[in-house]
Amino acid sequence: MSISSSNSFLSRCAHSRSFVVGGTITAFLLLCALVSLFWTPGEVIDIVIKNRFFPPSSAHWLGTDQFGRDILSLLMSGTQNSITVGVVAVSIGLFAGVSLGLLASAQRGWIEEMIMRFSDFSFAFPAILSAIMITAILGPGGVNSIIAIGIYNIPVFARLTRGSANAIWAREYVMAARASGKDKFRITIEHILPNILSILIVQATIQFAIAILAEAALSYLGLGTQPPFPSWGRMLNEAQTLMFLQPMQAVYPGAAIAFAVFGLNLLGDGLRDVLDPRLSRKR
Amino acid sequence: MPLLEVNNLTVSLDISAGPARAVRGLNLSLEKGETLGIVGESGCGKSMTALALMGLLPENGTTSGKILLGGENLPDKSEAEMCQIRGNRIAMIFQEPMTSLNPVHTVGRQIMEPLRLHRGLSKAEAFTQAVRLLDRVGLPNPEERVHAYPHQLSGGQRQRVMIAIALSCSPDILIADEPTTALDVTIQDQILELIQSLVDEEGMALILISHDLGIIAENTQKVAVMYGGTVVESGTTDQIFAHLTHPYTQGLFAAMPKLGTGRNGRLVTIAGTVPDLINLPAGCTFTDRCPLASDICQNTAPAPSDMQDNHLVACHHLAEAIKGQSKGLYK
Amino acid sequence: MSVFFAKRFLTLVATLIGASIVIFTVMEILPGDPALVILGIGATDEAVLTLTKELGLDQPPIDRYFSWIGGILQGELGNSYAYKVPVWELVGRALQITIPLAILSMILSVTLALIVGLYAAANHNKASDVSLMGISQLGISVPNFWLAVLLILFFAVKLQWFPAGGFPGWEEGFWINIRALILPAIALATVQGAILARITRSSVLDVFREDFVRTARAKGLSQRSTLWLHVLRNAMIPVLTVMGLQFANLLAGTVIVENVFYMPGLGSVVLKAINNRDTIVVENVVLMLAAMVVITNFIVDILYAVIDPRLKAHDI
Repeated sequence: MSISSSNSFLSRCAHSRSFVVGGTITAFLLLCALVSLFWTPGEVIDIVIKNRFFPPSSAHWLGTDQFGRDILSLLMSGTQNSITVGVVAVSIGLFAGVSLGLLASAQRGWIEEMIMRFSDFSFAFPAILSAIMITAILGPGGVNSIIAIGIYNIPVFARLTRGSANAIWAREYVMAARASGKDKFRITIEHILPNILSILIVQATIQFAIAILAEAALSYLGLGTQPPFPSWGRMLNEAQTLMFLQPMQAVYPGAAIAFAVFGLNLLGDGLRDVLDPRLSRKR
Repeated sequence: MPLLEVNNLTVSLDISAGPARAVRGLNLSLEKGETLGIVGESGCGKSMTALALMGLLPENGTTSGKILLGGENLPDKSEAEMCQIRGNRIAMIFQEPMTSLNPVHTVGRQIMEPLRLHRGLSKAEAFTQAVRLLDRVGLPNPEERVHAYPHQLSGGQRQRVMIAIALSCSPDILIADEPTTALDVTIQDQILELIQSLVDEEGMALILISHDLGIIAENTQKVAVMYGGTVVESGTTDQIFAHLTHPYTQGLFAAMPKLGTGRNGRLVTIAGTVPDLINLPAGCTFTDRCPLASDICQNTAPAPSDMQDNHLVACHHLAEAIKGQSKGLYK
Repeated sequence: MSVFFAKRFLTLVATLIGASIVIFTVMEILPGDPALVILGIGATDEAVLTLTKELGLDQPPIDRYFSWIGGILQGELGNSYAYKVPVWELVGRALQITIPLAILSMILSVTLALIVGLYAAANHNKASDVSLMGISQLGISVPNFWLAVLLILFFAVKLQWFPAGGFPGWEEGFWINIRALILPAIALATVQGAILARITRSSVLDVFREDFVRTARAKGLSQRSTLWLHVLRNAMIPVLTVMGLQFANLLAGTVIVENVFYMPGLGSVVLKAINNRDTIVVENVVLMLAAMVVITNFIVDILYAVIDPRLKAHDI
């Protein structure tokens, strides 16, 4: 007997706690980023030493840092950096990685072998180290750290795509399509890609979260976004030397990172529930 | 007193869209040594009934009604007590021999497990028994095979191992849920024969579940035809196959492809699909697909009437159903 | 079985060779002249040239690559450009911190993960499961270097139970060093443990859905017996993979956490070496890390074959 499948997309969205909470957090972050493009409550770029280390007040909800900048505003502007890194780095990984994966899956043979060896091989290099080495070659900076993180995303997506695509190629309706003469490219676009889309979207969300963490780590080491552009990771580094004087200053940026990553991870889980209930099953 | 008596069994599954009634008001009885066949389409509740008997319903399942084994009501028992009954007094074999065995244990170990659990045998004693059981189920070279892993055996061989496991503690009842559906046709016969001969030797009662009328016809003494979670017709196998009465039973039989229909003969089908478990009609579950359905069918569940000698049929339109036997209700 | 190992071993060797080529090439591309960095900007061209010759940097790349590899195979890693001490010494001192830290973190994270993961799976969908998974979700989201800072603020500054940084050195005694390693180990173990706990739980739940678990229950085994006798071994297979990956990443990932605690472990050695264009140190250390990853994966593969008899039969 069939269980009622009248669950519409929207109702699935509403039912998934993860989706609702994760989505709200992500939306909030996007909002902060957008708003901070035009306006922040306090100073972000200019250094006004006489304003430094103000405790929280109505003018500065979280106080000011050692350069007199408003911490709340810094956090808000930091969202721009994190979101940009996340979007671009994941896009790089997505486009390059998915293409490679689809190619590997469609062509099989030595092309697949090569692509898979390459991605297996990339996993031999610990992520942080690769990112550090790449930024060392290219020089520190926001753009370069995005490239470094993006490059690291490529084998992740390549592997995932190829694995999922292989499963679809083996399905009977695809074999039917091939038997009726459709060429591989069209099959890839019409059959394979739509079926793996949900898995890719979920993974992209997760990789987004990982990218934010990676960017924070690189900025913390001084290899990421350079001053004066606000970055949560660098804020953490700057605050560390002042840890004993101004402990809260070290807490805020990390909390922001954790909050963003948490929201994105939840969103990823939620998307899994919503897009393909078969993926999530009752956990 | 019958060995097994099921009274008004209802199984409800709690899913996100609401409670789904997999089995409704089911009645069965089974004597020692009898073979009962349960036949019906996929989704009619046959497997749920079997799982309910074993107390192995999924987390979201609830049972009501009585399941009396030797007079004791099984749903009342504690989990620990049920553990002593499973594999010991009631044993079950499943449809998918390919996945029903643990891939990381040898088949010997898996056969020994119930022996050590229920009979308290030592490792050595259980081992000897396991070899003996493998021999009994017809596996060649049992002394070697006992050390094999499941992936080293074929589907038919694995099913034999499952049978060995089920038999190991000489249960009173064996439940076989579609035991041959996943096997090659040539093997199916062998397995069914094996089950029959072992059941006869041991004097076990057998509940054979299948969607295949042919298998039911050849291997059972009593039959219960299920649809939509209820038994729509029951009786001895001879009775049922001689007088296919309930519209559903007639439909099942008519839908079997027969030799000699000729190239232009179309296959007979029962229109419609199995009902949605959430939205079952209050009345007869077959209403939407029954050629004889009327208003009363939608609203009132038909009570089983005794045609003759305990041949029970649950239908509001018995007379028309019987008339339809000759000219065929389905075209 | 031996075919399985041979194939795996060959892959290991091939990967290492490939890794060494990549590392070497990357360092070649890296802008900056080691000799210049060592001598400083004010150095004369002659001095730079002499030093370059001395360090053997004027040789063609292929020659340098092979002499490097040849050196490794003979156990000879050369001297650091920047510090003029043998690479082994630099690395050796660093490893004394990084390896114990990695092992300690691993022990903490695996213990935590298995307990939490199994408990959550056994109490599937009950309040304890949901809250544990919520906490683990937080655990994954936290940057470990921030967690390190929080730990320092609370346990070192406020409670004064542990030191806020630094590493006394093993000559000073065993427990005093373990005390120094505890906070960084917790910082690392929390994130990794959270990931591993989630994977353990979902792996166990997946296996519980398998048909053979139903068979086990039909034989009369209780939920608990089924878990221990049938589920665990099957569930551990994916968990092992992740544990292997985590250990390997741990070794390099300690970079940042070491930084927070001012510990001169392997991470800081590599960082400084990259900044100093100390090519030799970077090449050797990165290759060593890559080797550890590859070897760990190899060991995991072997463990697989031990746990899962299906692998022994085939040439996978």
